[in-house]
Amino acid sequence: MAELRLKSSRFRAEREADWLRLEKLLTRAESRSASALTDDELIALPILYRSVLSSLSVARATSLDRNLVDYLESLSARAYFFVYGTRTSLLARIGRFFAHDWPAAARACWRETLVCAALFVMGVVVAYILVAQDPVWFQSFVPGSLVEGRGPAASAAELRQTLFDPHPKAMQTWLSVFATFLFTHNAGVSLMAFALGFAFGLPTAILELMNGCVLGAFLQVFISHGLGYEAGGWLLIHGVTELSATVLAGAGGMKMGWAVAFPGDRTRLDAAAAEGRKAATLMAGVLVMLFCAGIMEGIGRQMIQDTTIRYAIAASTGVFWLVYLYAPRRARPTPENARG
Amino acid sequence: MADVANKAVKAGKAAKPTKPAKAPKANGLQRELVTPEGVDLRLRLAEASERASAFLLDAAIIIAVLIAMTIVMALAMMATKAHGAQAIVVLWLFGSFVLRNLYFILFELTPKAATPGKRILGLRVAARNGGRLTADAIFGRNAMRELEVFLPMSFLFANAKDVDAWLTVLGIIWCAVFVFFPLFNRDRLRVGDVVAGTWVVKTPKLKLLKDMANTRESARAFVFTTTQLDAYGVKELQVLEEVLRRYDAKVVAAVAARIRAKIGWIIADGEGDGDFLDAYYRALRGRLEGRLLFGRRRKDKHDQG
Repeated sequence: MAELRLKSSRFRAEREADWLRLEKLLTRAESRSASALTDDELIALPILYRSVLSSLSVARATSLDRNLVDYLESLSARAYFFVYGTRTSLLARIGRFFAHDWPAAARACWRETLVCAALFVMGVVVAYILVAQDPVWFQSFVPGSLVEGRGPAASAAELRQTLFDPHPKAMQTWLSVFATFLFTHNAGVSLMAFALGFAFGLPTAILELMNGCVLGAFLQVFISHGLGYEAGGWLLIHGVTELSATVLAGAGGMKMGWAVAFPGDRTRLDAAAAEGRKAATLMAGVLVMLFCAGIMEGIGRQMIQDTTIRYAIAASTGVFWLVYLYAPRRARPTPENARG
Repeated sequence: MADVANKAVKAGKAAKPTKPAKAPKANGLQRELVTPEGVDLRLRLAEASERASAFLLDAAIIIAVLIAMTIVMALAMMATKAHGAQAIVVLWLFGSFVLRNLYFILFELTPKAATPGKRILGLRVAARNGGRLTADAIFGRNAMRELEVFLPMSFLFANAKDVDAWLTVLGIIWCAVFVFFPLFNRDRLRVGDVVAGTWVVKTPKLKLLKDMANTRESARAFVFTTTQLDAYGVKELQVLEEVLRRYDAKVVAAVAARIRAKIGWIIADGEGDGDFLDAYYRALRGRLEGRLLFGRRRKDKHDQG
């Protein structure tokens, strides 16, 4: 081969080996993870990355080989995302989520949580009063699939049966199926409450209100038949967890909606992004809560038939969530560790 | 010392307005991303069509897995004669939930930050501010899918008996706003991206091809005059590079003829089109790169000066 006459060709010949080495390392690291690399390679990677970046600068200024510049650009971008990418392992990330991120997100949304809870309680009260005046309201508050023989026309004995043995013995084995179904259903609804928050939080507010209405209508039917105490136990054993979860999901949605509507001195996009991430962390927590609620509703409620124990469990879950989410904590991790 | 610092501050201030802000440049979807080392990576955003194709690919994968799962479950059900039915249904319900909601999240948490659909199209998710892509951002952008995908779908498949027709129509319109959201902003953000502070960029894996100025030297020495080399600029040089890389005989002949006519080249006996173009490319690149070193980048043949 003739000697290289162009400066840019000589430049390439000098640096090419580094580029190819970085490309090889990246391909391996991307397909598995950083652990696919040896210590030496891990140390070499950032150095190679900087050398490729400098090559890119030089190439842009001196070379007119289109493929070369494009190649260096794509290689630099890949390396940049790897070098400055997520470092923590999934397990460590999950650990920090439970230890810090989730409670912090819940506390950051306390105002919205109060608003959502108020809306929810309002829904309960309004529906209760309306159904008490005219039982026809029940139909408009409660979707058919949830009724399962608990309408206002049912007798007290029938209602009692739904509370304590909603399923014949043969169906007992299907309890876990039921639990799984409830979890996926509630999770979907909560995700919706969160996602709808983007439209300035209004749909979320309506959803919370409606949720409260359903509960209020049910309560009225049971209380009017003198089953208020039992119904409370039936509902609260999982309800404490589940209702808090929906309230928190709504709070997350509202936080985001509020930021979109009133971004303050940030741009609307920045505000939405900042608050959206906080709310998303909260939502991950909400899913965990719903998972617990689904298990309690499907299995615990059917197995435990004593109302006092039901109340005891409900109270202890309530205390647990309050302490876990809102109890003051020691200093948070440094910002550097908190990212990723 | 203070003087120098002062100057630096002044320079920094003066430089500020010229630095391209967030506003898009002339070339559509290219965005500035300056690394901590101070190099602009000139990222390209994914087009809406690529985003849609990636999503359809992912959806196809999810549906295929769901169908396969259903078949396996049905077979298992038959094999156990419905004894294990309970466990199987739990597995199925939970599996489909995980697939629907965690598929995107888990794949985007990997170092490639892309679902299989995105990988096929050479896309990845990145934080808009150039920082780390955090797990909560990934969770946020995918939680919004509920609104963008599943809500519209539930409206489309809603039972006409259950819901008022007008309500359904209004619902569809409302959902359409979110479905087509990416088309109405210049960064092609979907609502999930807005909320999570992310965007989707192209990171194609390019191969380093051979240097076209470094190919075989023909026996004949081509000598071009400066005027002949000043006929073209960078744009034409790079088109020529493409032509030489593809090396389609017809195109090479046509391009060679065009260039010969333009620069008034007289064909010598037995001069091959390919050899001529190779030599001209080398000479033109040498000339243009030489001027580049003196700070003069000739954009195209119309660029005089």
